[in-house]
Amino acid sequence: MGTFKNHDTIILNEIEAPQIAKKALPGQFVILKANEMGERIPLTMADVDKKKGTITIIYMIVGKSTRLFSTLEVGEGFQDVVGPLGSPTHIEKRGTIVCVGGGTGTAVLHPITRGNFEAGNNVITILGARSRDYLILEEKMAAVSHEMKICTDDGSKGIHGFVTDALKEILDTQKVDEVIAIGPVPMMKFVSKLTKEYGVPTQVSLNPIMIDGTGMCGGCRVTIGGKTKFACVDGPEFDGHQVDYDNLINRLTAYRHEEERSEECMFEDENI
Amino acid sequence: MIRPKDMTKKERRQIPRQLMTERHPKQRNKYFDEVTLGYSLKEAQLEAARCIQCKDPQCIVGCPVSIDIPGFLEMIIDHKLEDAIGKVWESTALPAVCGRVCPQEIQCEAVCVVGKKAGREPVGIGNLEMFIADWARSNGVKNKVEIAPKTGRKVAVVGSGPAGVTVAGDLAIKGHDVTVFEAFHKAGGVLLYGIPEFRLSKDIVDYEIEGLRELGVKIECNSVIGRTYDIDELLDEYGYDAVFIGVGAGLPNFLNIPGEDLTGVFSANEYLTRANLMKAFDFPHYDTPIIPGKKVAILGAGNVAMDAARTALRLGAKSVKIIYRRSREEMPSRHIEIHHAEEEGVEFELLTSPLEFIGSSEGRLAGISCERMELGEPDEGGRRRPVPIKDSQFFIDCDLAIIAIGTKANPLLTNVTEGLELNEWGNIKADPKTGKTTKDRVWAGGDITLGQATVILAMGMGRDAANSIDEYLKSLGKKGKNEKN
Repeated sequence: MGTFKNHDTIILNEIEAPQIAKKALPGQFVILKANEMGERIPLTMADVDKKKGTITIIYMIVGKSTRLFSTLEVGEGFQDVVGPLGSPTHIEKRGTIVCVGGGTGTAVLHPITRGNFEAGNNVITILGARSRDYLILEEKMAAVSHEMKICTDDGSKGIHGFVTDALKEILDTQKVDEVIAIGPVPMMKFVSKLTKEYGVPTQVSLNPIMIDGTGMCGGCRVTIGGKTKFACVDGPEFDGHQVDYDNLINRLTAYRHEEERSEECMFEDENI
Repeated sequence: MIRPKDMTKKERRQIPRQLMTERHPKQRNKYFDEVTLGYSLKEAQLEAARCIQCKDPQCIVGCPVSIDIPGFLEMIIDHKLEDAIGKVWESTALPAVCGRVCPQEIQCEAVCVVGKKAGREPVGIGNLEMFIADWARSNGVKNKVEIAPKTGRKVAVVGSGPAGVTVAGDLAIKGHDVTVFEAFHKAGGVLLYGIPEFRLSKDIVDYEIEGLRELGVKIECNSVIGRTYDIDELLDEYGYDAVFIGVGAGLPNFLNIPGEDLTGVFSANEYLTRANLMKAFDFPHYDTPIIPGKKVAILGAGNVAMDAARTALRLGAKSVKIIYRRSREEMPSRHIEIHHAEEEGVEFELLTSPLEFIGSSEGRLAGISCERMELGEPDEGGRRRPVPIKDSQFFIDCDLAIIAIGTKANPLLTNVTEGLELNEWGNIKADPKTGKTTKDRVWAGGDITLGQATVILAMGMGRDAANSIDEYLKSLGKKGKNEKN
């Protein structure tokens, strides 16, 4: 397993998992567990190297489990990695596709963007982040895009504004056949709201809390067009216009207090 | 006191059924230790002596895996405990599990002649099976079964629950090279994620799985068949001669009523998996959290509902209510589970049906709107159909709701496997005698074929499938040199 740190809180792990690499397709995810006591954490794969037999995940440290993942050194391993899970992205030649990535969502977006680029689509990419320090995979994304725009909340790079600002400008000036948005839930929510006004089909990738990733627990249920779906088997990608985002945000914060407590305990242990 | 073996038949008949010592309900409902403490040797011998060794033992017929029950009981009386466990192992690889979770009251014990007489109870066969299995485990007695010479034939078993484990054990003993593929990070299936610690200690499951490894079975965890590997890949690329599918019925049913997506509404599968497999009861020592409800409602009244209710009590709930739309008589759970739940303080809201989950302003569960029911005409299954009573709506205050109304077949594997015929509910069609499916070289058993059933029925099917697979592998002859490995 290889690790490099792009930013203090954004971590990349390349994991040796030949059978998963053999089967993985863009848009699919794996579930990782660091050690015996660990939680099962789903993460969508950012890259796959079938020859080397490795998969790559990129994540931001947001709690105890991701912090634990980030402490793994090259040569160490996750106790458990299972996958590839979920339905792969449906990629075909459609025309002009706008790929919108926010924060570490860009990592998930990368193989999907590449797939669309290779399928012969005209790919326009919009990357957004809090500031330039949080931007990832700029070069890799540029290499599979015909055009790329960068937005930062603080204006430290590219357009000073949100991805929706850049997207609106594109939608106003040209015909777009599909938008793919992957990032924080509020970003996907506002991108979908905008594209709905323009009647442009939009795909989003959801990452709710889950345990098994095979449809067994139902913890990852999301409301899509008023119907309950399981993100682990029916997703993780869904029609962005049909997703009940408020319900998703609500379910994602179910364990807020427990997560804080878990991290506090981790620091207490370290101080002993 | 006379030893049971020296007792006359008449004296034997007068022995009352030996009750198993249990932890006190008001103490045990606070921690996860096993409820039953098992028989002492003396109690076991007395209980075994209640068996009259009848000429035509129906108990063996009543047992889905045909354990020689009078045989092993007699050995317990004679204090030949090693022989007794050996006798049990001839028919089941999981006696410590079966002794605890089999519904003996509708199987072996239901047909026991001792219990046929008015006022008499049947022999405690389940308790005795538990006794002898626990004795073997605590004394390090191993299954000394002889393993047949290696055949060179490879079998893939999908799923490490009761069906898969039985197939794997049986085929390993017959000399085949068996690999079990498990989707979770730990083997045991429903025994591990579903049945709680206080009913079946996870040490026992680990011990039985370890026994399987000692027979030479390989276990590959973190392998989701249908994703990580496909059935055809196993057969054609990895050189398996046969595949057994025992993936269980993993997909939880929901009520499909408003508010089901609120935070605080769980499937029993999720709630129990968090508590059991992920050990959320030991949070934050273990990383997986669980919502510790104060007022808990369980929807459903089967064994799983009782497990969820009793787990919620142990996680600190002040009140736990079972909400069920029929009456006590129709509750599908084993009586012993209802009895244990009630003793521990679980309440029952019978003839009650949920209408809607009501949320707080923060989107968390605040309660359930319900209505009262009465029993009407019998339905196709013969059970009286519950009918709503007009204007009987009322509100049950709760911050956690667990839906335990059954599971159905998980389509993950069957959706991507060609040639596997399914029935209208999505279960795999398999020959009831052999477990053979419509797909060449593929067998199936357990809940994925039966719908929802019991551990022992799954094991029974596993046994039949193992015999059929063995016959098939024998028909292939010795592995040829030019065959792929």
